[in-house]
Amino acid sequence: MRPLIERRTTPSIAITVAAPAAATVLTVVFSFLFFDALGHNPVSTLHAFFVMPLSSLNGISEWLLKASPLILIALGLAIGFRANIWNIGAEGQLILGAVAATSIGLFYPDKESVFLLPLMILAGMLGGMAWAAIPAFLKHKCNTNEILVTLMLTYVATLLLSYLVHGPWRDPFGFNYPQTALLPPAAMFDPLSGPYRVNNSVYITIFAVGVTWFFTKYSFLSYRISVGGAAPTAARYAGYRESTSIWLGLMAGGAMAGIAGMAEVAGPLGQLSPHISPGYGFTAIIVAFIGRLHAVGILLGGLFISLLYIGGDAVQISLGMSSSVTRIFQGALLFFLLAADFLIFYRIRFVKG
Amino acid sequence: MDLFIAIFTGTIIAATPLIFAALGELVVEKSGVLNLGIEGMMLVGAAVAVWMHFAGFSMPVAILTATLAGSVASLIFAVLALTFATNQYAAGLALAILGSGISAYIGRGFGGAPIDGLSSISIPVISEIPIIGPLFFQYDPLVYLSYLMFACICWFLYRTKAGLVVRTVGESPESSHAIGFSVIRIRYMTTMFGGAMAGLGGAYLSIAYTPLWVENMTAGKGWIALALVVFATWRPTRIILGAWLFGAMTIFQLHGQALGFALPTEVLSAIPYLATIVVLVIISRNREILKLHFPASLAKPFKPSG
Repeated sequence: MRPLIERRTTPSIAITVAAPAAATVLTVVFSFLFFDALGHNPVSTLHAFFVMPLSSLNGISEWLLKASPLILIALGLAIGFRANIWNIGAEGQLILGAVAATSIGLFYPDKESVFLLPLMILAGMLGGMAWAAIPAFLKHKCNTNEILVTLMLTYVATLLLSYLVHGPWRDPFGFNYPQTALLPPAAMFDPLSGPYRVNNSVYITIFAVGVTWFFTKYSFLSYRISVGGAAPTAARYAGYRESTSIWLGLMAGGAMAGIAGMAEVAGPLGQLSPHISPGYGFTAIIVAFIGRLHAVGILLGGLFISLLYIGGDAVQISLGMSSSVTRIFQGALLFFLLAADFLIFYRIRFVKG
Repeated sequence: MDLFIAIFTGTIIAATPLIFAALGELVVEKSGVLNLGIEGMMLVGAAVAVWMHFAGFSMPVAILTATLAGSVASLIFAVLALTFATNQYAAGLALAILGSGISAYIGRGFGGAPIDGLSSISIPVISEIPIIGPLFFQYDPLVYLSYLMFACICWFLYRTKAGLVVRTVGESPESSHAIGFSVIRIRYMTTMFGGAMAGLGGAYLSIAYTPLWVENMTAGKGWIALALVVFATWRPTRIILGAWLFGAMTIFQLHGQALGFALPTEVLSAIPYLATIVVLVIISRNREILKLHFPASLAKPFKPSG
């Protein structure tokens, strides 16, 4: 008997659902062993990691607050990934969205206008799209690799933000801290309920989940760019233009990341500072893959990864564990998930010989 | 003259980690594998080198361990991309993210603690020659090692049978498999070599260049190394030229104000990243040149049938 690996002709639905679930279980097993190796009681650590944060209303608020931008950005990135457009600079697009939205919030003459918040959403979206338009243009016209350009522009965006908050936009009454003035109340999202931090911007994310689901399931445009990603030669033969994929793939990611950045300043932050995102733009890449580039999957994946974030914060405080543990978890989850993909596309058969 | 010497030697030193990482990635890509995780492997190398140093080991041991650690880290990618034939972009990103997390974990507690960096070797007599001496003969041993590796890789790829096999695997894994080469095993070896070189580049950053450990201290150097391979159109000599160019950008950023460019520090810091984009645009416009040197099977998963 020897194992033979062969490609499945059509992946079954059962294995498509089972593979990510198996990856999640493997991650939990891995973390169990990891905590044990570090000398922590694995059961109580996992409890502190995954259960404790959700046992209070405030915990649930924080959970949703972090899940919202992750889901939103991942939805946009997934459209690109389906088209084989690798936008890994969502972090930079998020920053530009936040900067553009803040410029409206700070400098729009009527500080109490009801149009302030909608204008900021629009500005955030356009800011993110403008930043993503650079790699799209360069890929379209000059055949430049979008992975490297989007990433390099993320470093540039971070520096731009740093320049603004240290220089021209620094709050003159801010005791020299590198941050802008606080946004006026009309430029902020209202809290979803009572004293908790989670705010109305989650409706944008829910709306985006619906729109993306509908778009990928029913639109011909989405079908065309997916064909372009999966089988470029077939797409070319069918006359689908590559430039559509490039522009749509990058613009979707830029728009969503820009709105996510806007929602951060108009939500929990209230102002710009040098560090406005704990790496949402990068983590959203993992979320997109965990969700198998599917809107509902991304919703669940975002909720899970967000739990890793706040669980990581919780064990950092309660058990004094390093925050880098969270990133190891995210990486491990992605690793198991990609490995599990193998089971979706291949099967192992034992044959004589 | 002193400023010139400072800029020249600074450029050579700043180019060294890029040379290590990019030469390693060149060999990987020549075998048809695209590993985007260089940044993660460099960070692991950098953190392990510092860890070993503070654990009381000598510099050579610390450097060697970091090199091995980079190689081990590359297995994260190799298992996914080679054994499980997953999308190489996704597998590389997983390594980049995981490597940054692992390195932060290893390096916790050493953050910002200064290290007595690698001392330079002054070759007797010739290092005393005015101008020539300080320009060429007063670097630390790893700088010389990077050029030795360059020579070895040129020789290996273009003058040995094994190098020819690596390039054949990169051009056509199917034919290589058909004539009896184990494509997966060869790709494992090149990937691990690339990981070792990235680990070495990372170690250079943390114990010779900076020298201290800071989280995410590579600041995109792994990605710039990837860009260098494209810039070099997969030719080793051009990798050296490209690394010098980027080294010069980095040094310009440090000396920019001294040279009389009254720009905000953020603008100067952005120069290497913007330069990477400009360089990519110039190279990528010419599709013919890219096609000529591009390993034909690059980033395409290969699964031997039967």
